[in-house]
Amino acid sequence: EGGGGPSGQGAARGKPRLLLMGQRRSGKSSISSVVFHKMPPSETLFLESTARVQKESMKSFMDFHVWDFPGQIDVFDTPGYDMDAIFGEIGALIWVIDAQDDYLEAVARLNSTILDLQRQYSNINIEVFIHKVDGLSDDYKLDIQRDITIRIQDELSDHGFENAPVTFHLTSIYNHSIFEAFSKVIQKLIPRLGTLEAMLTSLCRTCRFEKAYLFDVLSKIYIATDSAPVDMASYEICSDYIDVIIDISEVYGTWPRSEEQRRQLEGEPWNMPLEDQISTVWAESCVVISDGNKPIMLREVDTYLALVAIMKEGTHDKMPLVNMNVDVVVKGLIDFFEITKAKGQGIGGVGPPELGQES
Amino acid sequence: AIKKPKKKKVLLMGKSGSGKSSMRSIIFSNYLAKDTRRLGATIDIDLSHVKFLGNLTLNLWDCGGQEAFMENYLSQQRVHVFSNVGVLIYVFDIDSHDVERDLATYQSILSALQQFSPGANIFILIHKMDLVKPELRESVFTERSQRVRDKTKAFAKSWARHTAQVPGSGSPNEDEDIEIQEFATSIWDQSLYKAWASIIHDLVPNLAYIEKHLEQLGKAIEAEELMLFERTSFLVVSYWASKEGMRNPYSDRQERMSNILKSWKQSISRFSGTPRSNEQFRFLDFKSSGFSVIVIKFTINTFLLAVLPPGEARFNSAKLNIEIASETFAFLDVPGQYAKQPAQP
Ligand SMILES: Nc1nc2c(ncn2[C@@H]2O[C@H](COP(=O)(O)OP(=O)(O)OP(=O)(O)O)[C@@H](O)[C@H]2O)c(=O)[nH]1
Ligand SMILES: Nc1nc2c(ncn2[C@@H]2O[C@H](COP(=O)(O)OP(=O)(O)O)[C@@H](O)[C@H]2O)c(=O)[nH]1
Ligand SMILES: [Mg+2]
Repeated sequence: EGGGGPSGQGAARGKPRLLLMGQRRSGKSSISSVVFHKMPPSETLFLESTARVQKESMKSFMDFHVWDFPGQIDVFDTPGYDMDAIFGEIGALIWVIDAQDDYLEAVARLNSTILDLQRQYSNINIEVFIHKVDGLSDDYKLDIQRDITIRIQDELSDHGFENAPVTFHLTSIYNHSIFEAFSKVIQKLIPRLGTLEAMLTSLCRTCRFEKAYLFDVLSKIYIATDSAPVDMASYEICSDYIDVIIDISEVYGTWPRSEEQRRQLEGEPWNMPLEDQISTVWAESCVVISDGNKPIMLREVDTYLALVAIMKEGTHDKMPLVNMNVDVVVKGLIDFFEITKAKGQGIGGVGPPELGQES
Repeated sequence: AIKKPKKKKVLLMGKSGSGKSSMRSIIFSNYLAKDTRRLGATIDIDLSHVKFLGNLTLNLWDCGGQEAFMENYLSQQRVHVFSNVGVLIYVFDIDSHDVERDLATYQSILSALQQFSPGANIFILIHKMDLVKPELRESVFTERSQRVRDKTKAFAKSWARHTAQVPGSGSPNEDEDIEIQEFATSIWDQSLYKAWASIIHDLVPNLAYIEKHLEQLGKAIEAEELMLFERTSFLVVSYWASKEGMRNPYSDRQERMSNILKSWKQSISRFSGTPRSNEQFRFLDFKSSGFSVIVIKFTINTFLLAVLPPGEARFNSAKLNIEIASETFAFLDVPGQYAKQPAQP
């Protein structure tokens, strides 16, 4: 089965797909290793060049696929690629441009790709990552962004596509910008995002939180936040907090304790099965920042999601009450994703079609 | 008049660019790894008195490694530099193009050290291991430290022979050995903390006393594990684990936790906009169905980490007990103070 006929506007049939394309060495494999596999950025120096399409299925709050294309392949020019199989699903084309290199050829190839897509698969969002901007001055970054934007928009309007869904992001794997960019890309693909945002906004009001983020734990992409404006600093601290919790959990939470210890713990003075001594199945954590005595709280929602919220100064003693309110919202979030999942499967049915050729 | 004993020096040596000032700045001055790219070559010797806990001051000599300086240390400044040394930390750059030459310089340093401070502890850091592919790191480290070991042995032999010929220096001893401890390090991961925690370990006064009290606390709160961190460096000063805690297969967890908590402190500093040298956080807890963790500002100069079996009541009672116990450890903050024995019950 080759993926069926051309899909209609925005028809979500299966799992959303992120397609990583761009010139060789532009940083595609590094990006997917850092974001989805927690590879330390410095270790990307040892990555081998990608020879064939790497398809990965991300087990996450919303299962999606990441396809990493080798830089030298132009899928529109290479016979044997089944376009429907690649672009038929709803998703995003992430085009990576190395900002530290001469980018004219990359922009030209991107332009022709966008034109091809606009004609046949206008449901695909086009996300341009102007990448490796670490080490570039802020002025220079903006200059490059302006230049690339103009080159693309001119070309598009020459061909009569004024409103193509093209978005630009300045990114680097050496800081949070790459995660922030992915957050924005993913958020566009979440059905009923508004409902999620409303839930978080209401939680912030009840608990007097300054800011709340719902994170995909493995990738540290935030998939929703309340209506207060996002600032990089609050996103970064919440995202770093998740790292701390993941790191601690790896060291202490992944090896089985002995039966002997369990027997001891269930005996004097507690006299209770261990399960009954525990108040929470999902992990919860709180940190109190010295500056202004400001707490930040974190709560696992399920295997993939965590809620992180920055609280008002001096409110650490309100944690019991906060936890009760958070419990309610967490239940709501679980329901939300149950429903979304059920819908997605109902329409999409089986998994993604395979690419038409091996190379 | 009673003379204060001179504080023993900690010498930091190695070729220029090998990374000495970088690691010192990360461990003791809250630098981020990437900040070290801005460091210039050290001119002559950079002396610093690093306060560690309340009652230990490290007399750290960061010796600029350019050849002219090295020659000067070995000649004009020989007595000045090499006498009264407690610890020598010698740094080898794994990326060096002339290992033979590095080893020759190392040998000259050893010789000066044996002459003026024969009892000094020697630590060898094979540094910048991040530049080696992960799968090759172990074998490259083994190979390089073996060469250092061989060089040290050869020198020890010749030194023993040499001293034997000096009249009045006792009986000749052909297997006289010089002990060294090697570590693979990089500023980009926790390996740096492992090396420096070992270096610091032998210098901390009252260690046995601290350990005894840590054990008491650990048992009282049913902890699996306790770590006591110095607040600026986040090096582990003292450690205790229960029988169960010792079953944890992550043998590098002390340096891991140092690294995790110190980078966390630096993240918070970015968020709060206050200097990295500030306290940044005073409390962190974590509860799950498998275990609980408390990290808490313990005494003025220390943080305590406690890993506990799961359970709400257990957690609350442990937290209370830790707060009470912190008074027992207050001596850690008093300069020059030696621990008084606690009164007999
Ligand atoms: N890749 C890598 N680079 C490092 C590491 N440690 C230090 N460096 C870099 O090495 C360079 C030189 O470091 P310094 O700390 O100034 O070297 P030094 O040994 O003090 O040099 P002198 O003062 O001249 O003796 C800096 O650019 C550091 O960023 C490491 O572990 N890995
Ligand atoms: N300075 C910098 N280098 C990067 C960044 N992302 C990737 N690189 C480097 O770019 C090189 C090529 O990356 P790779 O992922 O193999 O490119 P691909 O061919 O597009 O998959 C590697 O040496 C990466 O370490 C970045 O954000 N900043
Ligand atoms: Mg230096």
